[in-house]
Amino acid sequence: MPNFITSYLNSKDALTPGSAGSQFWALIYVLIIFAGVSVAVICMNWLERKALAHFQIRLGPMRVGPHGLLQPIADALKLMLKEDIIPAEADQFVFWVAPLIGLLASFTVYTVIPFGPSQAVSDMNIGILFMLGVSSLGVLGIVVAGWASNSHYPLIGALRSSAQMVSYEVAMGLVIVSAILMTSLNASGTGTLSMIGIVQAQQQQGIWFIFKFFPLGFIAFAIFAIAMVAETNRAPFDMAEAESELTAGFHTEYSGLRWSLFMLAEYAAMIAVSSIAVTLWLGGWMRPFPNLLHAPMWEFFFSLFPGLTFGGLAAIAFIGAARMPADSFFKIQRIGLAVFAALLGFIALLLLVIAVAGRSADTSVAARFREGIDYVYWFVLKVAVFMYLFIWYRATWPRYRFDQLMKIGWKVMLPISLGVLVLTAIVGVIFP
Amino acid sequence: MNPAMNSALNSGMAPVATPWFFYVLAALAVASGLAVITRRNAVHSALALIVTLLSVAGLYLMLYAPFVAGVQIIVYAGGIMVLFLFVIMLVNIERASKDRQFNRMWPVGLTAACALLALFVSAIGKGKALFPDRMIALPEGSNTQEIAKMLYGEAGRMGEYTFAFEIASLLLLVAILGAVIMTKKKI
Repeated sequence: MPNFITSYLNSKDALTPGSAGSQFWALIYVLIIFAGVSVAVICMNWLERKALAHFQIRLGPMRVGPHGLLQPIADALKLMLKEDIIPAEADQFVFWVAPLIGLLASFTVYTVIPFGPSQAVSDMNIGILFMLGVSSLGVLGIVVAGWASNSHYPLIGALRSSAQMVSYEVAMGLVIVSAILMTSLNASGTGTLSMIGIVQAQQQQGIWFIFKFFPLGFIAFAIFAIAMVAETNRAPFDMAEAESELTAGFHTEYSGLRWSLFMLAEYAAMIAVSSIAVTLWLGGWMRPFPNLLHAPMWEFFFSLFPGLTFGGLAAIAFIGAARMPADSFFKIQRIGLAVFAALLGFIALLLLVIAVAGRSADTSVAARFREGIDYVYWFVLKVAVFMYLFIWYRATWPRYRFDQLMKIGWKVMLPISLGVLVLTAIVGVIFP
Repeated sequence: MNPAMNSALNSGMAPVATPWFFYVLAALAVASGLAVITRRNAVHSALALIVTLLSVAGLYLMLYAPFVAGVQIIVYAGGIMVLFLFVIMLVNIERASKDRQFNRMWPVGLTAACALLALFVSAIGKGKALFPDRMIALPEGSNTQEIAKMLYGEAGRMGEYTFAFEIASLLLLVAILGAVIMTKKKI
């Protein structure tokens, strides 16, 4: 094989392809992440519709595929085939470019998200700053879309959205600073902005930052968890697209593929901000108790989790197939679900085989592969909890009024986050 | 910077910051800068300004100053430009673009621009001795820490720019208070 492929794989130090200077592997990682995020958005779409439906004692999509499993694919096809309408009075170019701005902003962020100590496209020295900056560009897409539509509801939605995002960014930035402050509490006294460095700091200090200086870390995390819902324009803070007041807000005039790009950008941004929360406060890629339970036996025990998770999903799918009504009308659906369950079971088996083959702590390919899967699994699991919370919020809480939203942002969250920042600094000096 | 990264840099890796990137970014900055002043539609101008700011951020990255680039994106492109757009949207663009421009100051502006150009040309032509003959290769990995040391100082030593930095932040605080007082009738 050519040198540019093998040199990265053979290098002994675990570096991200960006830091190792391997453009080829960086490109491969980018493609994997792009595909992975797109698949995650599709899964999220299905899960959200089903979960919301069950919250409201409905069934949700049931017709396309068993339990509506193929519904997102049908939706995607429909959106691609739909007519792409550009209003006659709209600003053609800006209308065209607006969804792309949002999409670019939310996908660019993924370059620095650390799925593992070397499982990221690049490890930037300014990682968290880069993430904040680029994700704050996402609001431009919404603002510009609302303006270019040349219509009342989109304009009001865009104005609301920009006001809301700018306000909540302040509280968000302050609590992030308090987490960065915690990374500097080591012997050298130097903190870091690098996403990978932040997780490694948590490992060195032996504590997730959510539990550090209890309850300061927890309050900071809670502020971030609230602000990130507002940042991504999700319920109960979805003022930008409040359908009871503004039809569909900033994307009222959009249709077809262009509308679906907005949806893709929104979900990608949700995953991105959840990743920030996981990295800063929940220990990133670390499995539970990596310092306390570090015996090889525990290592092996925790490495079984990915396989067992997929095994559980396969079991659920099998039960679903077994419980299908006996009517011949459901025959195809039963076969389809059984095949899906078999596929999940196969993945589970593969993961278990890798866990067993790579259980030794040497540097063989299987061991490195097993380690990588573990890191990505724990990271994705933590992010998945947040994604479910997003759905849960949407099903539970009524939408805030806009003035209440601004009041909470400026008069409650901002003072609390300022206080947390100051207290973290004081406590950090007194009990380092 | 960790030692592993150091060894990766020393092993003859080609730097990503090639002249090609510089020319693309510089051309983008100049072209979008021209668009800012030639578009009649204020929103188009603002969008062009965002492109200018982003390409300048790219130029900072090429100079191995990632922290400045990040701050440029977060403050200018992400924060200030959103507020710009917010305000522009409240203006009736249709009427504003048809209005006669009442500003008759372009001769003054032209003179100032020419003077600035002359200054740049003379600086580049005569001041070769002022610039270092080659670029100082600062380690990219520790750039942020170096800035922090300059601004806040290290253990027991005040930073080079601590005083100026604190004065600037005081000035900004006064500006914020002034803005609040001007908009609020009753406090």
